[in-house]
Amino acid sequence: MPSSAKPWDAIRAQDIIASHAGYQGALLPLLQAIQIEFACVPEQVVPLVAKALNLSRAEIHGVLTFYPDFKRSAPVGPVIRLCVAEACQARGGRQVQARLEAVLGCKIDGSVNSMGVALEAVYCLGLCASGPAAIVDGKLAARLEGVRLERLIERISA
Amino acid sequence: MSVRIFVPADTAAVAMGADEIALAIELGARESGIPVEIVRNGSRGHIAIEPLVEVETAVGRVGYGPVTLADVPGLIAAGLFTAGPHAKRIGRPEETAFLRRQTRFTFSRCGLTDPLSLDDYRNHGGFAGFERALRLTPSEIIDEIDRSGLRGCGGAGFPAGLKWRTVLDADGPRKYIVCNADEGDSGTFADRMLLEGDPFTLIEGMLIAALAVGASEGFIYVRSEYPHAVQAIRRAIEIARSSGLLGETAGGRTRPFDIEVRVGAGAYVCGEETALLESLEGRRGQVRAKPPLPAHSGLWGRPTLVNNVLTFAAAPFILAEGGGAYASVGYGRSRGTMPFQLAGDIKFGGLFETPFGLSLEELIDSIGSGAATGRPIRAVQVGGPLGAYFPRSLFGTPLDYEAFAALEGLIGHGGVVVFNDTVDLLQQARFAMEFCAVESCGKCTPCRIGSTRGIELLDRIAAGARNAENIDLLSDLCDTMKVGSLCALGGLTPYPVLSALTHFAEDFSATRESGSTS
Ligand SMILES: Cc1cc2nc3c(=O)[nH]c(=O)nc-3n(C[C@H](O)[C@H](O)[C@H](O)COP(=O)(O)O)c2cc1C
Ligand code: SF4
Ligand code: FES
Repeated sequence: MPSSAKPWDAIRAQDIIASHAGYQGALLPLLQAIQIEFACVPEQVVPLVAKALNLSRAEIHGVLTFYPDFKRSAPVGPVIRLCVAEACQARGGRQVQARLEAVLGCKIDGSVNSMGVALEAVYCLGLCASGPAAIVDGKLAARLEGVRLERLIERISA
Repeated sequence: MSVRIFVPADTAAVAMGADEIALAIELGARESGIPVEIVRNGSRGHIAIEPLVEVETAVGRVGYGPVTLADVPGLIAAGLFTAGPHAKRIGRPEETAFLRRQTRFTFSRCGLTDPLSLDDYRNHGGFAGFERALRLTPSEIIDEIDRSGLRGCGGAGFPAGLKWRTVLDADGPRKYIVCNADEGDSGTFADRMLLEGDPFTLIEGMLIAALAVGASEGFIYVRSEYPHAVQAIRRAIEIARSSGLLGETAGGRTRPFDIEVRVGAGAYVCGEETALLESLEGRRGQVRAKPPLPAHSGLWGRPTLVNNVLTFAAAPFILAEGGGAYASVGYGRSRGTMPFQLAGDIKFGGLFETPFGLSLEELIDSIGSGAATGRPIRAVQVGGPLGAYFPRSLFGTPLDYEAFAALEGLIGHGGVVVFNDTVDLLQQARFAMEFCAVESCGKCTPCRIGSTRGIELLDRIAAGARNAENIDLLSDLCDTMKVGSLCALGGLTPYPVLSALTHFAEDFSATRESGSTS
């Protein structure tokens, strides 16, 4: 969340690294903790993590690029993660996607519109009996049709 | 005495405003001077009536649903706290057809209890299975699992007892058990519901499994798309630990056992068990070649039992009631119950636990009551993104592993996604290829590159270019993917594609009406 994201702080980063270094298979939980703190995994952290876990930087980059959750820069504005998977498609998800893309003026590929709103695709949120579903800035939304969809659109285009 | 009010904390209820509703009820009660205790239960699984608010009365619980925040003042004015009449009053939830027709072995407590109350858990039969397991030898525990006929609920349907025994028989001073809660299949949410609504059942199941195979450490790998589930299971583990059920004493065992929760990072393929182990070890989630089986050499090279949430969660019932009781229902070689998940365009969707053998037709037309939109139903995809699309003519098929395999389909994790007549099966086939391309771990060429070729072929067919020729190419490509892929992502993506092509050929014809979307 952009509002709570903290600027880069090497001391804080070292604290997080130190508190995870003892885990078995520490890399993922550690990078996740870094991302919770800074809303992304800043490049500066890579050599620090590499040193602490005795890994190469390439290994860490390999992990960062493999997992879609890891962001390399903090979002500048609200993030809408719309479910594009089958059960939501069956409830009109493709139309919701088209509607959001038109309203926001950006594609669902993580790109950011002129107001700083990002639209991302997610494959299932476990809300498949009450789709179309989305997470809007961390908050769950279901049954995105009719008034509920219009209210969401009002909120994000305000 | 205060009135007990239940407002689910299940994701499906929260996404429809349950948190705000709970707060509004609490404030409203305070204003009316009525002492209430608000319990944040799990969901009963009848999603059409979520958020379902229940009030406890002398004659049982009375439900109201689906409740919106705007309903709350009216509900309170109508006498919510004494179960007064209101347009949204549905009576006793367990008497609705959707819930009454279920057979709940695994989900018997979900929605009834406070998910984080050990007392509630015990009062509803919790730990009876584990206590019995403590009196048995490891081999006797596994005999019971064998007798139940339980098969893995993660997708492959592999006999659970056989896997447990392989891990028991594997040599090694240190063994792990890993719970697969990656639940990436679209149309599925049973793992999530159990983690949120009855997490102690999973913990008990893992305790039983740890006793059986001799493991001292367990991991639960939960997908990051399930933040509420992560929080619920973590809290439940802390509670279990502080009451001695986990940790050094582990519920009165001689050996310690503890569980750690790890969170995924958005990769579907990490649900594949060896990719999951790679991920737990801190690497890219790439699939490992088998052998060695994880049961022989899994996490950090140790013997490792990997099972789905629902597989572990079936164990408490089986140990408490006996494997025979579990196996007494079912169909053919699919014994016991399966928590099916009914989703998509369906009037009454949600979690429906039932013995195997029910037909798709009964599930969709009778229990689900047809499409929510009221449109005719045209196709059903069973078993997630790697499952086949079935036309109405096959709705008589019983829900059974073998019956579905015979039709080049799968039961998988039990997801049933219903599509109405606006669905374009060519677009669904394209989506299957697209999903494979996005989620491929990159190890095998047919999966990594073939899926992209598949998208191109389908786009050409959609444009009406040389259809017959391109459809042949698509079939060949699917054959290559089936034989040339290391895991089921590349290997089974042909199921949705070919089933669409076979059963809905009209959507692939040169004269198709283009532009129709679901
Ligand atoms: C691409 C792919 C994704 C999978 N996703 C899951 C999953 O999300 N959850 C799961 O339990 N099993 C999943 N599986 C199946 C696992 O590999 C494995 O068979 C299962 O966890 C074993 O547990 P079970 O015997 O209890 O089913 C997946 C398999 C593949 C090939
Ligand atoms: S089939 Fe696809 S996902 Fe599976 S191992 Fe091969 S490349 Fe990876
Ligand atoms: S398919 Fe959209 S929430 Fe499951």
